[in-house]
Amino acid sequence: MVEFREDLSVVLGGAAGQGIQTVEEILTRTLKFSGYNVYANKEYMSRVRGGINTTEIRVSSKRVRAFVKKIDILIPFKRGVLPWVKDRISESTVVIGEKENVEEEFLEKIHFIEVPLTKMALDVGSQLYLNTIAAGIVVGIFRGEFSAVEEYLKERFGSKGENVVQKNIEAAKKGYELGLKLLKEGTVKVEVQRKEKVRDEILLSGAEAVALGALAGGMNFLSFYPMSPSTGVAVFAAQHAEDFEIVVEQVEDEISAINMALGAWYAGARAMVTTSGGGFALMTEALSLAGMAENPIVIHLAQRPGPATGLPTRTMQGDLNLVLHAGHGDFPRIILAPGNIEEAFYMSAEAFNLADRYQVPVIILTDQYLVDTYYNLPELELDKVKVEKHIVEAKPGYRRYELTEDGISPRAIPGYGEDVVVANGNEHDEWGDITEDAELTVRMQEKRAIRKLETIRKNAPLPRLIGGEDAKYIIVAWGSTLHIVEEAIEKLGRDDVALLHFSWLYPLNPEAKKFFEGKTIIAVELNVTGQFAELLRKELGVEVHHRVLKYDGRAFSVEEVLDAINGVVE
Amino acid sequence: MNLEKVDKSRFEPKRPGSQDIAWCPGCGNFGIRNILITALAELGLNPNEVAIISGIGQAAKMPHYIKANGYHTLHGRAIPIATGVKTANPELTVIAEGGDGDMYAEGGNHLLHAIRRNPDITVLIHDNQIYGLTKGQASPTTMKGIKTPTQPWGVFEEPFNVIALAIALDASFVARTFMGYFRESVEIIKKAIEHKGLAIVDIFHPCVSFNKVNTYAWYREHTYWMDDHDSYDREAAFKRAIETDPLPLGVFYINEKPTFEELVPAYKRDKTPLWKREPKVEEIRKILDIKRRL
Ligand SMILES: Cc1ncc(C[n+]2csc(CCOP(=O)(O)OP(=O)(O)O)c2C)c(N)n1
Ligand code: SF4
Repeated sequence: MVEFREDLSVVLGGAAGQGIQTVEEILTRTLKFSGYNVYANKEYMSRVRGGINTTEIRVSSKRVRAFVKKIDILIPFKRGVLPWVKDRISESTVVIGEKENVEEEFLEKIHFIEVPLTKMALDVGSQLYLNTIAAGIVVGIFRGEFSAVEEYLKERFGSKGENVVQKNIEAAKKGYELGLKLLKEGTVKVEVQRKEKVRDEILLSGAEAVALGALAGGMNFLSFYPMSPSTGVAVFAAQHAEDFEIVVEQVEDEISAINMALGAWYAGARAMVTTSGGGFALMTEALSLAGMAENPIVIHLAQRPGPATGLPTRTMQGDLNLVLHAGHGDFPRIILAPGNIEEAFYMSAEAFNLADRYQVPVIILTDQYLVDTYYNLPELELDKVKVEKHIVEAKPGYRRYELTEDGISPRAIPGYGEDVVVANGNEHDEWGDITEDAELTVRMQEKRAIRKLETIRKNAPLPRLIGGEDAKYIIVAWGSTLHIVEEAIEKLGRDDVALLHFSWLYPLNPEAKKFFEGKTIIAVELNVTGQFAELLRKELGVEVHHRVLKYDGRAFSVEEVLDAINGVVE
Repeated sequence: MNLEKVDKSRFEPKRPGSQDIAWCPGCGNFGIRNILITALAELGLNPNEVAIISGIGQAAKMPHYIKANGYHTLHGRAIPIATGVKTANPELTVIAEGGDGDMYAEGGNHLLHAIRRNPDITVLIHDNQIYGLTKGQASPTTMKGIKTPTQPWGVFEEPFNVIALAIALDASFVARTFMGYFRESVEIIKKAIEHKGLAIVDIFHPCVSFNKVNTYAWYREHTYWMDDHDSYDREAAFKRAIETDPLPLGVFYINEKPTFEELVPAYKRDKTPLWKREPKVEEIRKILDIKRRL
């Protein structure tokens, strides 16, 4: 018998096309509905059929929001899954499935519960039901609410006809009963507390949070060219475009995407593009235009490993330098990197106010890990989102690039007011007409690259310190590693180690320096050079003492970070 | 309308920077400016209702020499930007303007896809068959055999036939004119602006500094007006489009079809420009409620 308490990691693995994603959906939704805290994240190969994809679902008594290496229950849908995750298998791992999908050499090392998945599926009518049966087993083991599974399947397969729905329900039921039986026989024992409140919580992915946040922030124009892992945001927006009455257009390339969005902002829309590193590379030219013309723009960049096409479906924090330096000439930008799903929502909304207020590119830097993560969260406070518009009327004599103290010229838009608005990507005078005047060039360069940047910098929020102010060690993390590092520090259980998390990456408020004074600083980053550590040096003069870097295209696990920190602190 | 009386002065900019026109004396761009201002005035438009989005090149300096909303952008990118402007605010009359290098070389892909997308914008191409601003390199419309500093052996690539291409893609409005014919050009541009959907007007104009072949006299001698042409007949339009010498002028093709802005979800029920809209918080609440259930 194996016993699991409080916090389980269930991993399902199979080929692309075997329905792992459906299982992920059934489990996260119905287990949450049954009162369990859930978290899910997947890793997948860049192919449409075959290969091996896995999804991890944590089911827990308390909130869980981070990827763990350990696997408590593993369900392989094909041979090759166990070797693929062999580092994550331990003696307490329970493998549920068919013998032919478990390589000989593992049989000794695991608890194997043989289940004739294929036969069960064929009994229902087709191999196709294998994944639904597996989902049923897991729900059964957790004594989840079967009515929720039924309801989900009705919604999910309703459009495919009554028969498909009924067959899937039948399959899930078979699995479910088997799961219950395993419990009753005492083959497995699972003790995770349920909470009534969790049932009504929101289950959201990072990609959905970015899209919803943008919509809350007034996004009414989205242009994009598909590129993993950023496409989820476009998919979500497109599917809700009619309800929100917005423009969502898949254009010919990323160059067109950003230029269209710039045009939309020029005419007063709130526009966004969603892309990944390779697509952003193409947008670089227009980023400069945004800088020179002081045209607001919001760019969502979901990072994946580069250079070039890199690892299309994997994760990395490797594009910070790209967004920091992209574009020719000097101009300010704002770089945000939400740490979790809530932040992805609020920051995506705020990005539009920032772009509008400062008239600069605002880049929301997420990554495959974050956009593909799901968990339940109590609430998104829509009242907290304020839409601030910074548009003025073009009164007679209006000057688009009026020189002002703080470097910000009031922005009018065509068609609002009597006068006209002339914007320009060439160096210009205050009216927006071309100039080659040396003295004016100097003033315009300083306006954009110094005065405006300073205005943004001094208003930049500080990083979040999690842990004691007098901690000896400061772990610096940015973006999507927030909860992974947080959980690792929690497990470490030392109060002399604190987490300093940055979700506003650039420009950095000089006051942030105070967090580092007299500390031993450890940077945790998912890239090969420590890009953020370099930024800290450049922006704040802060020297990082240790770098914990990972760059195999996979997310950090809590265990890895814990080990690494253990290796550094005395 | 008594055309003699139309007041064009409202499109004359008085900004300090707009007084120093950077075009070479004798350049066809002056004529195009006059044609455009006349067309806009005759259409009864006001400067704040018009947005001229240009790329880069001598032609693309137009927004500085006309009083209208303007955005002087990047080489080749005027069309996507103009599309964004029109889609954000369909109440504006939007014109994308640039040279043949700008629109056909660097911006070629955008032109193709704009034809598919069909936003209600007017694309004016100042076609001097050469690169002006960068001093006389071949453009996609430079004729075979012409020698330039960067094609000293003479251009051997086939010139781009945008008219045939646009008709092949079933574009919404395709025309060609020569700026040396003032009244005809004004009428064509007025038609293009009034046309609902993407209107492409290829405008021949001499570059007196770098194109010594396609002069004012050359365009007069090598063009003719299509007086007996049915613009709604695609096949006939295509036949005219592949004529080379003399080159036909006039409206080749008109194809009335829904525009991009008419089809996007944003305007199906509500015509309000995007800048006047507020986020639909209720819709977000609805989605969150669904995410609470299953
Ligand atoms: C990305 C980019 N590439 C090249 C240039 C240099 N450039 C400026 S104008 C131009 C061509 C101009 O020719 P055309 O579009 O025909 O306009 P004209 O000057 O003849 O009116 C080029 C290549 C540029 N500004 N940007
Ligand atoms: S370079 Fe040619 S096209 Fe440009 S302004 Fe001079 S004459 Fe006109």
